[in-house]
Amino acid sequence: MASKTASDGVYVSSGVTGAAKILVVGPMGVGKTTLIGTVSEIKPLSTEAVMTRAGALADTPVSPGKTTTTVALDFGRITLDGDLVLYLFGTPGQQRFLPAWRELARGSLGALALVDTRDLEASFDSIGHLEDLDMPFTVAVNSFPDSPDHGEAELREALDLLPRTPLVHCDAREHRSSVKALISLITHLIDTASERTR
Amino acid sequence: MSSQGSRAGGPRAVRPYVITGGRSGTPDAEPLPLETLVVASGLQLPGELQPEYRRIVELCQGMLSVAEVGAHLGQPPTIVRVLLCDLIESGHIRFRPPVGLGYIPPRPHHTPPQGPVAAHPPSPQRTYDEQDLLRKVLHGLEDRI
Repeated sequence: MASKTASDGVYVSSGVTGAAKILVVGPMGVGKTTLIGTVSEIKPLSTEAVMTRAGALADTPVSPGKTTTTVALDFGRITLDGDLVLYLFGTPGQQRFLPAWRELARGSLGALALVDTRDLEASFDSIGHLEDLDMPFTVAVNSFPDSPDHGEAELREALDLLPRTPLVHCDAREHRSSVKALISLITHLIDTASERTR
Repeated sequence: MSSQGSRAGGPRAVRPYVITGGRSGTPDAEPLPLETLVVASGLQLPGELQPEYRRIVELCQGMLSVAEVGAHLGQPPTIVRVLLCDLIESGHIRFRPPVGLGYIPPRPHHTPPQGPVAAHPPSPQRTYDEQDLLRKVLHGLEDRI
């Protein structure tokens, strides 16, 4: 570990003056880490976010006296324009992880909510949290080989999306497709920001 | 990294709090954001420094985010933040706060409006106007296609 050098690509380029982040949210197995790995310039790394006990559900095993529990977060990095670095944090969507969102959400540009059409209900919590937090987001349907073919109107209705929330399709294993999903999010964020300042 | 040690109950789960002298940051304070960039300043380390501090400074010969420091060292961000704050205070680590204000979550109801504040919560740099920042991200992503 001490032998890491800049040439390994471990380090952020010295010309970078600051970092921004976006969240990639969704249930387990929806493809968050796949998408992050597809677009990241580093192999996805794993860190933790802390949840206080108050946020843990009663069924979460918590030993007496232990006031916090942790949730693993996978993340990746993209250097943009040589002087800005964008971090993508994969954030589990289940209800019991919501307390971990507060810290992660702070300062985020926005969120990409991944959806698996084979189990739409599993994404309800993530999308609900984003709406509750009033955080701007784009829904990206991660297409699996056996994903049922739903029309956009049908998906929007099933996910109860607001008309302004973009819905795109992507393949988290494909670079171009995943970057395009992120571009759709950023375009939406620009629109949202310009509406606010208007 | 996640395969290292047990997540709970093992020595690793206890030891980090020993490293920081029991500190893990103030629960309601704004911590050093995970995307804060840190780098060693080049200032000579004192000989008697705890190895955990030394490992951070050695790792930070190049620039990394707080999240990456934690991941590479196999330490939770709660611990790494405390150590980094100490090193920032002692001048051994320089940091670059996140750019832009981004999203600010509403405060939880139970939090007093003026709680205690952790050491060095970096305020975001106002290097970019929000729109400019987003356009920069957009163009950077478009270049990647």
